[in-house]
Amino acid sequence: MDSAFVIEKFILVAVIFGISLVIAMYSTYAERKVAAYLQDRLGPDRAGPFGILQPLADGVKMFMKEEIIPTTSNRFLFVAGPGLALLCACIGTAVIPWGSPIEIGGKTIPLQVSDINVGVLYIFGVVSLGVYGVMIGGWASNNKYSLLSAIRAASQNISYEIAMGLSIIALLLMTNTLSLKEIVDQQHGWRWNVLYQPLGFLIFMVCSFAETNRAPFDLPECETELIGGYHTEYSSMKLGFYLFAEYINMFVSSAVMAALYWGGYNYPGMDYVAAHLGPTWAPLIGTGVFFLKIVLFIFFFMWVRWTIPRFRYDQLMNLGWKGLIPLAIANIIITGVVIAIIEKF
Amino acid sequence: MSTQVFYFVATLSIIFSLMVIFAKNPIHSVLYLILTFFTFTVHYVLLNAQFLAVVNFIVYMGAIMVLFLFVLMLLNLNKDTEPSKSPLIKIVGVIAGCCLVVTLIGSLKSASINSPLVLKNQGLGLVENLGKELFGPFLLPFELSSLLLLAAMVGAVLLSKRDEVEA
Repeated sequence: MDSAFVIEKFILVAVIFGISLVIAMYSTYAERKVAAYLQDRLGPDRAGPFGILQPLADGVKMFMKEEIIPTTSNRFLFVAGPGLALLCACIGTAVIPWGSPIEIGGKTIPLQVSDINVGVLYIFGVVSLGVYGVMIGGWASNNKYSLLSAIRAASQNISYEIAMGLSIIALLLMTNTLSLKEIVDQQHGWRWNVLYQPLGFLIFMVCSFAETNRAPFDLPECETELIGGYHTEYSSMKLGFYLFAEYINMFVSSAVMAALYWGGYNYPGMDYVAAHLGPTWAPLIGTGVFFLKIVLFIFFFMWVRWTIPRFRYDQLMNLGWKGLIPLAIANIIITGVVIAIIEKF
Repeated sequence: MSTQVFYFVATLSIIFSLMVIFAKNPIHSVLYLILTFFTFTVHYVLLNAQFLAVVNFIVYMGAIMVLFLFVLMLLNLNKDTEPSKSPLIKIVGVIAGCCLVVTLIGSLKSASINSPLVLKNQGLGLVENLGKELFGPFLLPFELSSLLLLAAMVGAVLLSKRDEVEA
């Protein structure tokens, strides 16, 4: 392995990690601003102009707070829980293609950390692993409410994973590949997958909401029933890790949705731009478009959170098992039949 | 390089599997089992079986172990509720363990380390090749096993339904 390759990947990983953290930081600010706008309030406006330094103030508060570890059944797991949650949230970014290969100084650099040929399944695995942070933290807190929340998180995660997997299968029938890079490249220009798979996208999106524990599926942290849910016993930066993990999860699932269904870094007229701006600037614009889509999805996550009330537990299970799974299976059958007919004629 | 990684990961697998048995707390036991499965995933990657690796990751680590943890957390097992074992069971356990050790030693003696297994087709573990194998020469066993799984699923649903009616 030559060192240039290692350095290149290292820089890419560092940049993506930094961007994830900054976006997660400012998502907390955006969330409060969006909430304020939807509820006809002002939101945070004291720290800096328009309150844009609020995330920094919050970060300092988190670091300075007293560290409290309750007399738990296991101290190690109590600390490991939030760490695991944040780790699982971050490693999902490794296979997302952030842009088409960029040319800098005669060298072509792919804007993707790793193009493994099972990329979609990797994302899926990371998502299914994410629940361990919540479960371990909730159990190690030695608190009834935390435990109930951990159990809720587990059952919710398992239930919606099935529908999510089935909705991806219909997409894979069309793309014939599991590599995220190839899936994005197939959506060149305007041929976005959402135009061919609207139902699949809808199911995938609902499941993403459930997998990231966002409203209306935030039952694990339902404060009216469970105090604070799985992070009731947590304080200071360990609580910060949990909150951060949620926002990074939101960022990653927005990126996955944008890449799988909304064309990733493709946009109409990209060939014209590529011909006129050359191989250095055109990919950067594509990456910008990709991030614009991601930000729109993050906004959508927040919009839904402040519009729709939380589901009841039985409603959640009914929607998952009796609504989404049969719909996803019907979607697979329809997609399969249509593809068979197209190939026949 | 690859051999060294293998020996490192294999040692970890053995340590974690032993911890599964030796851990006093059932939840810790399950967590060690998850780590064991993670090392298995690394083994699959080393064998270039990417699909198996990622499926092992999703199904065993991501789904089945979550269910295990889920059930254990609900059961709330601890020392007070642990059933005490009778001496007879302990003696039977010792005898069975000794038999296992004898079998293992016997098989280790006959195994030779000079013939490493070489895959005929290096890319067999990739999704495309695996799919072609499964839906080509192995179509019948594949379909039969999926039928078996379906039967098990319907059976599980039926069993839980019957309980509901009786209660």
